[in-house]
Amino acid sequence: MKDSSKSIMQSQKLILKRKGLSDTKLLLLITVSLFVILYILSAILFADRNFAKYSVFFNLFNNKAYLLMLALGLTIVMISGSIDISVGGVTGLVSMVIATMLVDSTVSAVWSIPVALAIGIVFGIVQGYLIAYMDIQPFIVTLSGMFFARGMISVINPRSVPITDEMFMCWSSARVYIPFLYNVRRHGTHDVAYLTPAAIVAIIVMIVIIIMCKKTKFGRSLYAIGGNPQSALLMGVNVKRTKFLAHVLCGLLAGIGGLLYTLFAPSGNPGNGYGYEIDAISSSVIGGVMLSGGVGLPIGTFFGVLINALIERVVPLLGIVDASWPRIITSAFLFAFIVLQSVFARGTGRRLTRSRIT
Amino acid sequence: MDKRMFAIFACFAVLLCGCVKKAQPATEASKDDQIVVGFSQVGAESEWRVANTESIKAALSVENGYELIYDDARQEQENQIRAIRNFIQQNVDYIVFSPKLETGWNSILQEAKEAGIPVIMIDRDIIVEEEDLFTAYIGSDFRKEGEKAVVWLENLLEKQGRTEEPIRIVHIQGTIGSSAQIGRTSALEQGIKNNINWEMVAQECGDFTRAKAYEVMGAILEQTKDIDVVYCENDGEALGAIDAMEEVGIKCDANDGVIVISFDATRLGLEYCLKGKIALDVECNPQQGPYVDAIIQKLERGEPIERENLIEETQFDCFTITQKMIDDRKY
Repeated sequence: MKDSSKSIMQSQKLILKRKGLSDTKLLLLITVSLFVILYILSAILFADRNFAKYSVFFNLFNNKAYLLMLALGLTIVMISGSIDISVGGVTGLVSMVIATMLVDSTVSAVWSIPVALAIGIVFGIVQGYLIAYMDIQPFIVTLSGMFFARGMISVINPRSVPITDEMFMCWSSARVYIPFLYNVRRHGTHDVAYLTPAAIVAIIVMIVIIIMCKKTKFGRSLYAIGGNPQSALLMGVNVKRTKFLAHVLCGLLAGIGGLLYTLFAPSGNPGNGYGYEIDAISSSVIGGVMLSGGVGLPIGTFFGVLINALIERVVPLLGIVDASWPRIITSAFLFAFIVLQSVFARGTGRRLTRSRIT
Repeated sequence: MDKRMFAIFACFAVLLCGCVKKAQPATEASKDDQIVVGFSQVGAESEWRVANTESIKAALSVENGYELIYDDARQEQENQIRAIRNFIQQNVDYIVFSPKLETGWNSILQEAKEAGIPVIMIDRDIIVEEEDLFTAYIGSDFRKEGEKAVVWLENLLEKQGRTEEPIRIVHIQGTIGSSAQIGRTSALEQGIKNNINWEMVAQECGDFTRAKAYEVMGAILEQTKDIDVVYCENDGEALGAIDAMEEVGIKCDANDGVIVISFDATRLGLEYCLKGKIALDVECNPQQGPYVDAIIQKLERGEPIERENLIEETQFDCFTITQKMIDDRKY
């Protein structure tokens, strides 16, 4: 009796795994090739604008390190079949708290790290508890989280606060140059490719998340509860706990994202982080994460973020003046990917029913 | 399966076609002898800002020998930092930008300096550690604008023979800490010190918006309706204050009622001036493009330039303004 239930569990796991991976891999392949094609295309079209330079490529990381954090957080909750739209608000709140905290330099800049992480984790715990254990709609919970964060920003400080703290600015302007990767500028100086500390932190965190999703029990449970909560429950996965942890992790990543954002733009501003949850969701979707849950890879999200960075970079060069165009082009990509995903979802659905009939 | 592949290819084709088609004009326009300028504008939040952008675009046109890369920062400093960094990597010849905030620019300007790209700042001033992080500043002299208004008011009151009687002034300030607010406020405060019969009845922040000024003025009117002058720091505030006063039946008229002083001289503001509701509208000139052009041309020829360039501005009062003056303006 025990053996048979175990074998059922295993076969179910296999089905889930196979279904998840094949679609995921195809979507990932599309994302990666799209990025490569776009990059090569821009390098050819804008040859005089130095697209082939090493530093341009590395700057895509430097510019979007914080977005990578937010998008990875959303990838995790979306794989688990949930959503979090408070991450932009958390980013803004973290940057405002850090800026206000450092305003008269009485507190060491080192404190900004635990404070940022703590804010993120608190949001994650409260929202995760309400969603997982109280069974409230994630959209509503995190919407109120977003309003709370936005409101708190104005309560803490309704005006813009510049950061002048020496140690913080030192982190912000530090550069890690990559040896041998440079181009010569017109004036003869070398344009060496570099990464900012924020980008390095982002890449390390990403690697940890990739390993976590692939190798750990928690990672596998995420896919299981997102794919089908009922069968995950039957398989012995603690659905509530996994969902809760997914939200805590997303909150933590939003906290890190807020810190990296503040390092990038060193000032607290009431408008900071406005609409970033949308950028993060779109990057995840373009990266092949399905809103319905159970499908997606962190590495895909990474390429989704790179595509987002590339679009923002290319659009001003097209001679398009209106600032709304990057968003419009992103929306076109998003639309294309959602159509693709639904085609996939229907394809797998049909395959499953067919196999059940035969 | 066929359908799936078809869908994938269709999506790819549509996306790539879009990119290629739009890209062509930009490559055609870029010639070797053109001066490439990267322009990061803070946003498109007001009529004034849009006129400012148009002015720069008109002055740095292809016909004038420029290639302009324009980037709208949508009111975020972060977008401006990114835009400037992109400009540096794209080997632009000059960077023009209107800073969102006064601080936080040190490291990015240092990068521009290392790359040997001159930076021209327009409209707003910034605080930097080292003076040589930017090449030139073009903007309005806000203090002088305020002084013009004070002198005009002094003259008007003298003409009306009101130098002895107390003049009760309501001051609606702009966003606290902005350079426009600091300059315009200090001029009025100096004026009150110089004229013993002037008296500040109220000083409130209207945040440069019509809605906030309306609200603030309404609260002031609940306390007192005995007002001679309302000094607003931009047209939006003036319109809001006029709305509030007219609601309680106070007449806004330079000869027979409350004297309203305003700044910016936008089209709507001047129309109110023509109706006589705004007594004086001091111009804040957004036409900074020709100044940018002149500085770049000087730098190209290797001539010395002024670091601080204040642009010429005029003023409009309700006694002399005509419809033609409004029509002649470009914005």
